[in-house]
Amino acid sequence: MLVEGIKSRPVYGVLAPQPGLSHIIVAEGEGAEAVLRMAEAAPAGFFAKSHLIFVPRGGDRPDRADGLRALGAADFQSVGSPADAAAAVATLLRDAKMGTQVYVTGTEGLIGLVVQAAETAGIDHASIHTEHRGSMARRVQCVHCKGITENVTTQPVKCSHCGLTLLVRDHYSRRIGAFQGVCIDAEEPGTAPRPEELFK
Amino acid sequence: MNRGEGKLSVVVDRVDTITPMIKRFSFRARDGGELPRFSGGAHVIVEMPDGEILRRNPYSLMSDPADPSRYAISVRRDEAGRGGSRFMHEKVREGMELTISMPVNMFPSDRRARKHLLLAGGIGITPFVPHILELAAAGAAFELHYNVRTREQGAYAEDLARRFGDRVHVYETDLGEGFDLDAILSDQPLGTHLYVCGPKGMITDVIGRASEFGWPGQNVHYEEFLAPQPGKPYQVELARSGITVEVASHQSLLEAIEAAGVDAPYLCRGGACGQCETAVVSCDGQILHNDHYLTDEEKASGEKIMVCVSRFEGRRLVIDR
Ligand code: FES
Repeated sequence: MLVEGIKSRPVYGVLAPQPGLSHIIVAEGEGAEAVLRMAEAAPAGFFAKSHLIFVPRGGDRPDRADGLRALGAADFQSVGSPADAAAAVATLLRDAKMGTQVYVTGTEGLIGLVVQAAETAGIDHASIHTEHRGSMARRVQCVHCKGITENVTTQPVKCSHCGLTLLVRDHYSRRIGAFQGVCIDAEEPGTAPRPEELFK
Repeated sequence: MNRGEGKLSVVVDRVDTITPMIKRFSFRARDGGELPRFSGGAHVIVEMPDGEILRRNPYSLMSDPADPSRYAISVRRDEAGRGGSRFMHEKVREGMELTISMPVNMFPSDRRARKHLLLAGGIGITPFVPHILELAAAGAAFELHYNVRTREQGAYAEDLARRFGDRVHVYETDLGEGFDLDAILSDQPLGTHLYVCGPKGMITDVIGRASEFGWPGQNVHYEEFLAPQPGKPYQVELARSGITVEVASHQSLLEAIEAAGVDAPYLCRGGACGQCETAVVSCDGQILHNDHYLTDEEKASGEKIMVCVSRFEGRRLVIDR
């Protein structure tokens, strides 16, 4: 089986406030709601030790950012893309100490990038807190040309770099933060099934 | 490990008195060959034929893992203990032959760590000696904080401090010194792994504080061998062997099973590894769970017993052995 039963598919949880000396919280689009829900359970002083990074999605309601801003984080930053959020996390973690908690909520693409940045900084992926919110869109790496196609919602999908028709597998690489895409009609180009919206 | 498997015949090569309370024993293979390799944090079980009783106690290896010609252990004399440490102090001499187990490591260093933070109290220093030798040889970052009553009592403190300079911090608790746990825990780079070995209170404090400070559980490692606690004598039926054994008040259930000639698995004999877990067939009474292996739910269910440290009080206990 190409798709089912592959163990590397990431497992996401539900964000909850953790004990810690400082907190880095990254939310994308609908992920703002996961942060607001976590805030209800947060002990006093939690956000005073927190750095909040928000990635609005296209067409996001402006009150999402306002809601997050109102939490009173020590620092609030709105950035343009998941890649910018991951870069901001990498910068914050450069001199961070043990006891720094990282929370990330949003699409799989954002989660993948932030987890990768945190792991590079020395945090084990198992201790990064994640919650999936919003689109199921995936970041897919073509195994043939190694190019990354962002925001993939269909199965199969055309590689945005080499144009091959790719089957999106559940096989996930934490190192690159992407799912693997394998050419589905290599023998007879053009025989691939019609793309279906699978990852909404 | 079962009886008869994985045993090593050794000769006591040297006995050194480190302090009035601590002796260091060095062993070499009886056949003059190399001893099996071990890594920092490993322990061996030393068999002590003490009259009628065969005691088996776990001790951390503290020799250099790079030297296969010798093993060394340190034994702190425990007057209140069941007699293993007194046996080692009083009866074991140079030239004596002993049987020990193969090394087993339940306290290894995590190779993914970017830095290793070692916290020791008293005799808890022993597993850290080979750890430090290994880490230093590998060029790994490490830092040791070591609480001892007095510098003379601080077995090996001088030697470590001399060899590893500012990576080794020794505190004399008799002078009111002691490591500043909060300061240490809040100033470690990401990717640090913490290891603690020492008295129970110290282990509990360190683990609790690290968790409050947000250290992930997988970055925190500890080793604590529990000594089997004495208690009231009792009887246990071994269902598979079809016999009943008497457990004396200063004997562990595991020792009673072994004394009856029944094989039982074990690795640590200290309630930590899980190897001796035995299913309870029926129980009319109360199991006194002394291990820190089973979860609270498992203990409450009464379906399992760790025979190396736990006991029983009541009418009848039948176990699957
Ligand atoms: S032998 Fe390790 S828990 Fe009993």
